[in-house]
Amino acid sequence: MSYQYNIGCSLENLKGVRDFIRKSLRSHVVSDVVLNEIILALDEMCSNLMIHAHHCNPDHHLEMHIDIPQKGKFIFEIMDDGEMFDINRFHEPDIDNLVHEKRKGGLGIRLVKSIMDEVVYTNLNGRNVCRLTKTIK
Amino acid sequence: MVHIKRLQEDGADILAVVGEIDASSSIELDLAIAKSVGEGSTKILVDCSALEYISSAGLGVFMSYIEEFRDKNIRMVLFGMKEKVANTFQILGLADLLHISSNKLEAKKLLNELSV
Repeated sequence: MSYQYNIGCSLENLKGVRDFIRKSLRSHVVSDVVLNEIILALDEMCSNLMIHAHHCNPDHHLEMHIDIPQKGKFIFEIMDDGEMFDINRFHEPDIDNLVHEKRKGGLGIRLVKSIMDEVVYTNLNGRNVCRLTKTIK
Repeated sequence: MVHIKRLQEDGADILAVVGEIDASSSIELDLAIAKSVGEGSTKILVDCSALEYISSAGLGVFMSYIEEFRDKNIRMVLFGMKEKVANTFQILGLADLLHISSNKLEAKKLLNELSV
């Protein structure tokens, strides 16, 4: 089973992204908590890309693919044409540091890495592809 | 996408958060808390029973007030979270940094204990 969704880079569109993921995965993920975790991680990835790689330009688009090759195995791909925003190159800030510096950011990357099994970046025909994988037992 | 209702009860400000908080709507939460603090509230309860979703942008808002509240002796307790929402706080270990209760009664009790 596979699903696709195209998103303009506006934060207003995140709600639509979440609805798409929820609808696509509803019959594949039993736990409401696990489903919310997956939605959260992908929301964080999209908002990071929209803000940092596309400066919230609604004319720029992200393309999201969901592939479920077998029961309990999920492959999510987000493709875009911007500068690559590789979360593996960012160190997650220390939680105490976040409190001290009153930074309202940096938590998202930590969430994504906690929730997903793997986050890998590749390049396909000049486009950035971010592949996130998750296996649910 | 998110609606925040404010009411006063037993000397505390209750902010009821209804809907979803993400990167586009977290500003609403920030403004509501800032307004409450700006008007002199020192006891704030955040009713999360109708909060369906929160992303890091919303968590960041709560985090950003921790030091200010400590300095100004303002107490804030969150309560009534659905399991999926509570889980988001737990993934990051924020349950240890913020005050979270399961229901309003316990939240009020905790608020008063913190005030002593």
